[in-house]
Amino acid sequence: MGVTEAYFDTASAAPLHPAARQALAAALDDGWADPARLYSRARRARQLLDAARGATAEILGVRPDEVSFTAGGTAAAHTAVLGGLAGRARAGTGFAHSAIEHSAVLHAAELHVAGGGSVREVGVDRAGRVDLAAFRAAVAAPGTALAALISASHEVGTVQPVAAAAEACGEHGVPLYVDAAQSVGRVPVPDGWSLLTASAHKWGGPPGIGLLVVRKGTRFLPPGPAGERTDRTNDLPGVVAAAAALRAATTEAAALADRHGGLVDRIRSTVAATVPDVEVVGDPVDRLPHLVTFSCLYVDGEALLHALDRRGFAVSSGSSCTSSTLTPSHVLVAMGVLSHGNVRISLHRDSTDADVDRFLAELPGIVADLRAEAGVVSL
Amino acid sequence: MILETLDCRGQRCPLPVIALARRLPDLPVGGTLRVLADDPAAASDIPAWCRMRGQHYAGSPAPHAFDVRRES
Repeated sequence: MGVTEAYFDTASAAPLHPAARQALAAALDDGWADPARLYSRARRARQLLDAARGATAEILGVRPDEVSFTAGGTAAAHTAVLGGLAGRARAGTGFAHSAIEHSAVLHAAELHVAGGGSVREVGVDRAGRVDLAAFRAAVAAPGTALAALISASHEVGTVQPVAAAAEACGEHGVPLYVDAAQSVGRVPVPDGWSLLTASAHKWGGPPGIGLLVVRKGTRFLPPGPAGERTDRTNDLPGVVAAAAALRAATTEAAALADRHGGLVDRIRSTVAATVPDVEVVGDPVDRLPHLVTFSCLYVDGEALLHALDRRGFAVSSGSSCTSSTLTPSHVLVAMGVLSHGNVRISLHRDSTDADVDRFLAELPGIVADLRAEAGVVSL
Repeated sequence: MILETLDCRGQRCPLPVIALARRLPDLPVGGTLRVLADDPAAASDIPAWCRMRGQHYAGSPAPHAFDVRRES
């Protein structure tokens, strides 16, 4: 017999919300026709799509025609960066962004540089919060066409000063793009941005559905051939399910944030007290409610992940040995914190107190065993 | 002044940091150990170790080289 799996990696992928499962089944039956056609069945599909867009817009506090759906969060981020830069090509080719953006944003930035553009990367402090003065300076620099700031770090949870960044961007007429993948459906995102993206997979919707919001008046020229469709995905049932999950997640968000916040507080204090030589990283207060990251000195991150997996804990890590590129997390490096022996825990709606208790009870022994095997006890 | 050089090139994280932790206590207080390490994590993990252990990170004089001065 195996142990019950405690799934602690919502920041990578949340399990499908029951509301999304119902909506998906209904939309597969009722929303398979091409919504652009004119017969009754097509109109039914169009109604489902319009309702999904309307509900999403209402939750985000934007107009329905500012919302489009993409084939996943990564595609949404690529489109936001490249479309935002292309739309402002007359103003310049500079792209200002924090050093802790998601790799999807950094990959789009690399493509921009390969095409002759330039980037201004802004550093963060030890807690993972962007250097606001440096961000302001990067926004104000001549030729800056677009600025990007993640709403909250997907790796360490630190909430970013989006409102202040938006104010700085407003002063200089530079549009702000906010990657809100870890915030939408959980915590409010401050106003003042021009472009925003999110990913349904992170709020309990199906994988492969992203969200792109372009506020009215934003100069935006999306990459790729022009088409007449608003959306960059044809997965109508997926979009309907994503909207249903977003509505459900938003309704539950405040209560869940309370419960998760308490569990994460407990993880932060207990890990620091029971595991020797551990560094709990990210802002202890101004953070996402459901996410916590720590690094264990002298411990191999990959070995730690496998040891946790054998005990039924699914977590992710920013350690280099766990990444496909064998480089440590650019977020941990930018913060100047320990990158090896790293564990990220992100809770979801079905994570229980018992799951967290069991994790906290087993972690000290797992880390001690790994250190004993490596012969690094009392170093 | 560099009293000793520790060659950890080719070693993956966290081995260079472990080697540093083993070797530094052998140096006199005030002495500097140069760690050669080409694992990409070393550039952030060696300064982080110094901060956690109260030792002084004296910078990277060349690519893949990191100087640590024993403080205590």
